[in-house]
Amino acid sequence: MATLPIESQKTAQIRFTLNGEEVDVSFAPYKTLLEVLREDLGHTGTKHGCELGECGACAVLLDGKPVVSCLVLGLECAGRQVLTIEGLSSDGRLHPLQDAFADLGAAQCGYCTPAILVTAKALLDANAHPSRDQIREALSGNLCRCTGYLQIFEAVEAAMVKIAEEGKEAR
Amino acid sequence: MSERKEQSKPLIAGSGADREGLRVIGVPRRRVDGRAKVTGQTRFADDIFLPRMAHCKLLRSPHPHARIQKVDVSRALAHPGVYLVLTGKDMPIQYGILPVSQDEQALCFDHVRHVGDPVAAIVAREELTAFEALDLIDVDYEILPTISSPEEALATSEPRIHGYGEEGNIHKQVALEFGNVEQGFAEADEVFEDTFFYQGNTHLPIEQHASVAIKDPDGKLTIWSSTQTPHYLHRALAKVLEMPPAHIRVIATPNGGGFGGKSDPFNHEIVVAKAALLLDRPVKICLTREEVFYCHRGRHPVLMKFKTGAKRDGTITGVHLQTLIDGGAYGSYGVASTYYAGALQTTTYHIPRYRYEGCRTFTNKPPCGPKRGHGTPQPRFGQEVQLDKIAERLQLDPADLRLRIVEAPNTVTANFLRLGTVNLAECIRRVVEVSDWKNKFRKLPEGRGVGLACSAYLTGAGLPIYWNKMPHSGVQLKFDRGGGVSIFCGATEIGQGSDDVLAAIVAEVLGIDPFDVRLFTGDTDLGPVDLGSYSSRVTLMAGNAALQAAERGKALLAEAVALKLEVPKERLHFADKRVFDSAAPEKGVGFAEAICLAEARFGTLGTVGSYTPPKSPALYKGGGVGPSPTYSYSAAVVEVEVNPVTGWVQVPKVWIAHDIGRALNPTLVRGQVEGSVYMGLGEALMEEQEFRRLPKGLSHALVHKFPSMLEYKSPTSLDMPEVVTELIEDPDPRGPFGAKEVGQGPLLPIMPAVANAVYDAVRVRIDEVPITPEKVMKALAQKKAGRQPRFGPDHFPHVNWPEALRVPPPWEGGDGNAVNDVHREKARPKEKVLAP
Repeated sequence: MATLPIESQKTAQIRFTLNGEEVDVSFAPYKTLLEVLREDLGHTGTKHGCELGECGACAVLLDGKPVVSCLVLGLECAGRQVLTIEGLSSDGRLHPLQDAFADLGAAQCGYCTPAILVTAKALLDANAHPSRDQIREALSGNLCRCTGYLQIFEAVEAAMVKIAEEGKEAR
Repeated sequence: MSERKEQSKPLIAGSGADREGLRVIGVPRRRVDGRAKVTGQTRFADDIFLPRMAHCKLLRSPHPHARIQKVDVSRALAHPGVYLVLTGKDMPIQYGILPVSQDEQALCFDHVRHVGDPVAAIVAREELTAFEALDLIDVDYEILPTISSPEEALATSEPRIHGYGEEGNIHKQVALEFGNVEQGFAEADEVFEDTFFYQGNTHLPIEQHASVAIKDPDGKLTIWSSTQTPHYLHRALAKVLEMPPAHIRVIATPNGGGFGGKSDPFNHEIVVAKAALLLDRPVKICLTREEVFYCHRGRHPVLMKFKTGAKRDGTITGVHLQTLIDGGAYGSYGVASTYYAGALQTTTYHIPRYRYEGCRTFTNKPPCGPKRGHGTPQPRFGQEVQLDKIAERLQLDPADLRLRIVEAPNTVTANFLRLGTVNLAECIRRVVEVSDWKNKFRKLPEGRGVGLACSAYLTGAGLPIYWNKMPHSGVQLKFDRGGGVSIFCGATEIGQGSDDVLAAIVAEVLGIDPFDVRLFTGDTDLGPVDLGSYSSRVTLMAGNAALQAAERGKALLAEAVALKLEVPKERLHFADKRVFDSAAPEKGVGFAEAICLAEARFGTLGTVGSYTPPKSPALYKGGGVGPSPTYSYSAAVVEVEVNPVTGWVQVPKVWIAHDIGRALNPTLVRGQVEGSVYMGLGEALMEEQEFRRLPKGLSHALVHKFPSMLEYKSPTSLDMPEVVTELIEDPDPRGPFGAKEVGQGPLLPIMPAVANAVYDAVRVRIDEVPITPEKVMKALAQKKAGRQPRFGPDHFPHVNWPEALRVPPPWEGGDGNAVNDVHREKARPKEKVLAP
């Protein structure tokens, strides 16, 4: 009997929290988090542009911090929290960043968008009022070929204002 | 809390309804596909996973030029998990985007022409298995001499990279003369001669090309692909697979960036289609980033020589342009690119006499093709930098010089391009004003400078890729009893907002919300043909088709509602999802009811619209490249800071004005302008598709210098300057609601404006793109040594140009035909072209 192709040998199995939900997944042990998300968990919202850690299109939040998921092994994620674009909206409501990106032209082709959105979320979680330069810095690992970035900066700033307003209302 | 209701509420209150009663057009809105994009639900080709899906990988040539002696696939076939191995003999029919350049094969049969040319395909159960099995294919190559540059191509007639073309390794030569330029130079007070080099660069879409093909249950073929041109892919598949086109369905998935790089039919698309048919299971391919660099079809490297005669007041008396174009290994769009490199020079300023000679050669590098601005940024760079030099010699302000010579609207140019609205002068005045040009030019401290440049671009190519008399764009509308409208159209969403354009136009005409519209686009089975997302054609062409279909639907609804309300149909108004009497607005019906009334009266409701561009007055051979229904215009001022120690050029701010006709959705229009500025800065300062020889001890092969996103430098969020965007809105009657293009034009002035600004900052001319620190340093060293303060090419090689086709310009009585074309019968002009 011929050997099973290596990719079919799903000998790794982990449990981790994906977008707030515990999941079990088995996969070939060499796979990256990017591949596990897209191929084994059907979460295709996370994209890829190089699979070498150069373009940032595959960014997700690992324990709240942006990482390029093409450079993280799936196996490293056992027991950890992963947030992808699929987990950004909640209660059927878009995150203010998503609304702002859609309204202000921050997504053109939409391919780099999921990664930029989660990266921007990590920024705003850590710093509720980033300056334009801090936004530039935070997004400098995410290449976008369509927008020229300016509408992205504006959308992050608009969401920042919206989140602050919502926070006041909630208090 | 409920999610914000998806409807297009204006973000700036009142900005729409006030303007000529328009409620959708001209209002900054969330695009109709905005929600899908920000939730990661836009389904790109590689997001498609199907049951039993197999994966495909291509074995690519490691040699830039070789004969294939033998391909042995037996070891690969025996590898566990491999389903199929394909080679060149499985798909021998040649194809290519242009009918005159059918020079590609899905897999190379006996000849590889660049590193990365595909030789064989593995289809396997798993992607990694396919990768592994690539190593098990044994190919014997006979290495051939490599041609690495156009100069080498001119000097080396054998071996030929292709057996067709002009001769040797010359693919295409063009020689056209519109009036006697020598006479123009004789009438000039000064004659200027400059050579420029524009390095090639690539599109670098973040999405890697991907395709999934299936054999449908009924035996037909369906392919999803990241293509900008599903219709042309459809034709190529039918040809190579020898299948009736009716049995092939091409679905263009939304492109994760295109910029022209997904406009050719590609070998990988044909391979997965063939494999799916043979295996009767879905087959997917997704290229690696390295492979995307080998697909290329990007900006041609162009060496150019400009000779321009001018009067002391700036009037141009004649221009002679010569280009030497590095085409890479295949034809692609290259014949069109060669013409484009000479076509649009006449659209910005009045040029009474013009001569163009262009030569495209084959080289053993990935094929060049259409990148944003297709063929025109290179000569525009030369022309606009030379104008800066002319202005300096004539002691004129560069903005004033340009304002003196701007071409008039509705003119027919020397090379018989019919212009539409021309608001270039207004663009220039606007950027001069908002940039405070008069207080900056030649007045900023050493190391800081400003530069100005202008451009024009097509709003859609006037001719299709293959000769036919059919419409370039078609739209079908279906009216739903519930008040919705479905749009069926071949137009392809590549991020530019083509879906939003269609929805906005239909919604505006029918008085409904864009979110009441459903879109079925980019699908060759569902919608009528649209030629594709290239040449900035969608807004005008698909837009006009949508406008016609919507107006026809409106007429049917109006007739039925008029009967019901007993008011004349001319008095009916469509707005706010109602059809009502404009004399008594309370008297009306809802839009859904209007549809029901019309359906009851006329039967099932559906309308069609189509658009065919007007006939061009350019009747000479080659006159098919350049005509467009109308042209957009841009002017830009770029400010730079040049570090004299490192040569580093930084751009703190850009001001750009764009003659858009009308902005259908200003949010998206601004995005296109800023995205163009961004991409232009990348080309101006850092992006280059460069090649190098491997050491002699290795293969000495000509390889891509850095086929990776890390080393192919493109601007990041840290590099992007502030941009002031000014839209000049003067509706052009040829566009839907007056709209012209915006996707490509605003890129064009950026590169020359940067070069001109560098000169203003440190008084060195960089007559070459990209303007890297190394070149700036070399030019500064020249300046310091008292030599010519310049970096750039100093000669243009000898080319045996053919005899030029002589076409007298309109003001010399020309009728659009060449007077000396022995191969072509004179065409009868459709109308008399009058001198302006």
